[in-house]
Amino acid sequence: MDALEIARWQFGITTVYHFMMVPLTIGLGLVVAVIQTLWHRTGKQEYLRMTKFWGKLFLINFIMGVATGIVQEFQFGMAWSEYSRFVGDVFGAPLALEALLAFFVESTFLGLWIFGWKQLKKGVHLTCLWIAVIGSLFSAYFIIVANSWMQHPVGVEMVNGRPVMTDAWAVFTNNTALVAVPHTLFGALGVAGAFLLGIAWYHLWRRRRDGIDTVDAEGRAVPGVADIAGRDKTDYQVWIQSLRIGAVVAMISFAGTAFTGDLQGKLMFVQQPMKMAAAEAACHDGTGFSVLSVGNLGSKNCDDIVAVIEVPGILSFLANGDFTTEVKGVNSLLDEYKDKYGTHVPNKPLYSDRAGQEVQYVPVMEVTYWGFRTMIGFGGIAAFAAMLALWVTRRGVVPRARWLMRLAVFGILAPFGANAAGWIFTEMGRQPFVVAPNPDPTGIDQVFMFTAAAVSPGVSAGEIMTSLVVLTAIYAVLLIVEVRLLVKYTRGGVASAMPELTESKKQPAGKDDGGTPPPAGTDVLAFAY
Amino acid sequence: MEFLPTIWFVAIALLWTGYLFLEGFDLGVGMLMKLFARNDTERRVLLNTIGPVWDGNEVWLLTAGGATFAAFPLWYASLFSALYLPLLVVLVALIFRAVAFEYRGKVDSERWRSGWDWAIALGSFVAAFGVGAALALTTTGLPVDANGDRSGGPFAWFSGYAVLGGLAVVGFALVHALAFLTLKTDGDVRVRSRQWLVRWLPVAILPMLAWVIAVQALTGRPWTWAATVIAAIAAAVAWLFARRGAERRPFVGLALLIVAGAAAIFGAVYPVVLPSTIDPSFSLTVGSASSSDYTLSLMSIAAAIGLPIVIAYQAWTYWVFRRRVATTHIPPAHGFLPAIAAKVLADKE
Ligand code: HDD
Ligand code: HEM
Ligand code: HEM
Repeated sequence: MDALEIARWQFGITTVYHFMMVPLTIGLGLVVAVIQTLWHRTGKQEYLRMTKFWGKLFLINFIMGVATGIVQEFQFGMAWSEYSRFVGDVFGAPLALEALLAFFVESTFLGLWIFGWKQLKKGVHLTCLWIAVIGSLFSAYFIIVANSWMQHPVGVEMVNGRPVMTDAWAVFTNNTALVAVPHTLFGALGVAGAFLLGIAWYHLWRRRRDGIDTVDAEGRAVPGVADIAGRDKTDYQVWIQSLRIGAVVAMISFAGTAFTGDLQGKLMFVQQPMKMAAAEAACHDGTGFSVLSVGNLGSKNCDDIVAVIEVPGILSFLANGDFTTEVKGVNSLLDEYKDKYGTHVPNKPLYSDRAGQEVQYVPVMEVTYWGFRTMIGFGGIAAFAAMLALWVTRRGVVPRARWLMRLAVFGILAPFGANAAGWIFTEMGRQPFVVAPNPDPTGIDQVFMFTAAAVSPGVSAGEIMTSLVVLTAIYAVLLIVEVRLLVKYTRGGVASAMPELTESKKQPAGKDDGGTPPPAGTDVLAFAY
Repeated sequence: MEFLPTIWFVAIALLWTGYLFLEGFDLGVGMLMKLFARNDTERRVLLNTIGPVWDGNEVWLLTAGGATFAAFPLWYASLFSALYLPLLVVLVALIFRAVAFEYRGKVDSERWRSGWDWAIALGSFVAAFGVGAALALTTTGLPVDANGDRSGGPFAWFSGYAVLGGLAVVGFALVHALAFLTLKTDGDVRVRSRQWLVRWLPVAILPMLAWVIAVQALTGRPWTWAATVIAAIAAAVAWLFARRGAERRPFVGLALLIVAGAAAIFGAVYPVVLPSTIDPSFSLTVGSASSSDYTLSLMSIAAAIGLPIVIAYQAWTYWVFRRRVATTHIPPAHGFLPAIAAKVLADKE
């Protein structure tokens, strides 16, 4: 493998990995902030417990997002120096603004939230969480503005072979970004929804299995009490409410992703027609949406592919909002692309071995075709499951069946899969470009860059291979550690996030703070590492 | 003289100074976890002095990196790709360090904690050394060609300056952390960190001074020589006050050392941002490496509004958590609460 291929694998692996943590951070952060707000409004003990429990899991995940994000920030310069030189004038700005306006906010105010339970007034403490959460939304916005510029460059002029920003407003209100941001945020909510749903189901199931909760003649739940810290009637409320919030969030998320995704499809039809065709494995012009296509999707000869089930008109709807527009297939687009962007990689020293090679304009179709369907499919499955779950638990009871509980827990993975698939589709569908050309007739047509030109010329394949191996190995180990901690704290239930529950068994449960008198010195350290 | 690129050169110098000043002490506290703390409670005292703030401090590094990308894309691209392997090592260190802070207390076992303690201590050491080496090299030069790419293979960056810069930041971080601990802790830890500060300060800041002077010898100007003298005086004064048992003044003195030292270094290399050791005409300068004026103006507005706000709320955080931490404040290690888990385990058996 040459440096380019290794660098691409590395970027793909580290970014997809970062994006395992990110949606949970964004989604769960929002949910916890809402729940803590509910606690302030109602003073109900169950909301305090929910805040503490979900907040604990949130933090275990958050830190991995931070740790892997640092790699992202450095990577552009390390492995993609030509890319950085080419795009720096436009692309660096959103990245720097993300750090300046979002990361500072997130990290500082989250620190205040974690350690400030006693030092800050209740309202201020809650506000800190909200500020941190809003910071993470801004971070998503800025980074997606950067990414969207690679999908659809706007607001620039070519000067000495480099794009130079001329219109910041255009860059920051790139229509590609304005739909990708809400799409990604809804996708993040989906992750949080399934997470709440699965874990809450597990706890309700366990309470039934342990004989704490029973069912009355009409099939309604009768919450009980066990002689273990935290497993009282409030505990039941914690889980049933979490389950319902999770299910509703998952459903909203899918509706939101479907709506914004539809808008994205229409933009993609105009902005990156080849990606659209590749998403459909559509070789010929047509209107039909393929539900299943078989054949050798990756073969260079497009005509091997046979659409087995095709719904006429739907593809036109996705692309243009009607049922009759002919959507161009790969074959006709290929000629257009060759015409506009050339058939061969330019013969410049920059491209090293890749100079003069023929450009392969069709992305890897297995990936785009299945990536697109996996994204929609997993999202849909999660939403459908959430709907079922709401129905099944309408009397406040989860079934005793162990397999159903397992399904609910495994279901947590579905939206993660949808998110990863979405990014892999978006990024690989853009190939062979790292900065895709903007075909807009008003045209800054020549602003594009082949991925083949983007990699650092001075860095050897061996160096990049070293980092690929090292980072992948570390990430694998840390994933195991994180998941084990999450499982452990999940099993522990609320008490594992609220040690005070065990210390204060005989105290009357106060409405506000769990009724625990602070142990010595807690006014200095409300929370200690 | 290019006006906006110069402003941004100053801004980036400020971001690095902010980074060294703030993360300086939390990297140092990280290293002291193994060097200074004598038992688990003391380690937790150390940890909790920086608990609420270390992540915010680290963002200064990210912002320095991001701002370099935005304002000087060619500098960012050349420096980061030239230092590929050392930066990889820094990244690994930062990853482990970050995760360790959060995960250390999550399992109540001796082995678990001691493993993460090593991650914090070594991670802090390697990160400090690596950042110092990278900064030293961007001031003393790398073998970059006309396109700005490193030639000469994966280790071509290696030079004595890398080691000097690495030691400089490690040494500074250690004493800065000791000064910080005298302000942030109470009891025995406070007393001992004061003693350690007096003992180690004169040694630990030597590499820092050597680096500053080395850069002056290469490209110094009169005013940067003056800044160098101020840095040295600040260090000496910090030490004198530390000997007299003062707590705040040594910390201020060290802050002044880093400010004057950074000014001396960045001021001396200006307008070069990355000297080429192959051919001086390949060197990247403030003018040749920068973004367009349009981008720089946009960034200037954002920074002029954003940075003061950042400084304000970070300062507020330090104020909120201003109380001294002592061993008596450390709650018993819950590690992880047995309650239901114990029951689950019992069920399993
Ligand atoms: C849709 C959202 C999104 C996307 C596409 C990305 N990130 Fe991210 N990133 C976040 C959303 C986010 C976040 C939710 O805001 C995180 C997770 C944990 C955190 O602290 O912030 C974060 C953390 C995070 C950090 C650590 C911040 C800290 O120390 O507090 C850095 C440096 C980056 N990211 C950089 C990147 C880069 C360079 C990306 C592109 C390749 C990227 N992220 C993709
Ligand atoms: C967090 C969500 C993201 C995911 C999961 C993701 C995924 C990927 C994947 C899978 C690749 C490899 C593509 C290939 O090799 O064919 C890739 C490449 C790349 N992506 Fe993304 N990406 C994400 C966000 C971003 C963002 C926000 C940016 C820019 C700010 C970006 C910039 C790049 C670059 C520079 C490459 C390397 C060139 C290439 O191989 O295409 N990505 N990404
Ligand atoms: C009917 C449902 C959906 C449709 C029509 C849809 C459509 C799209 C389209 C067209 C893109 C590519 C944009 C581009 O490359 O220009 C995309 C990207 C993406 N999708 Fe979806 N999507 C749907 C559901 C989901 C779900 C359920 C999730 C996650 C839970 C999700 C997560 C993502 C992500 C993370 C990306 C990449 C980032 C971005 O470009 O926003 N999508 N989606």
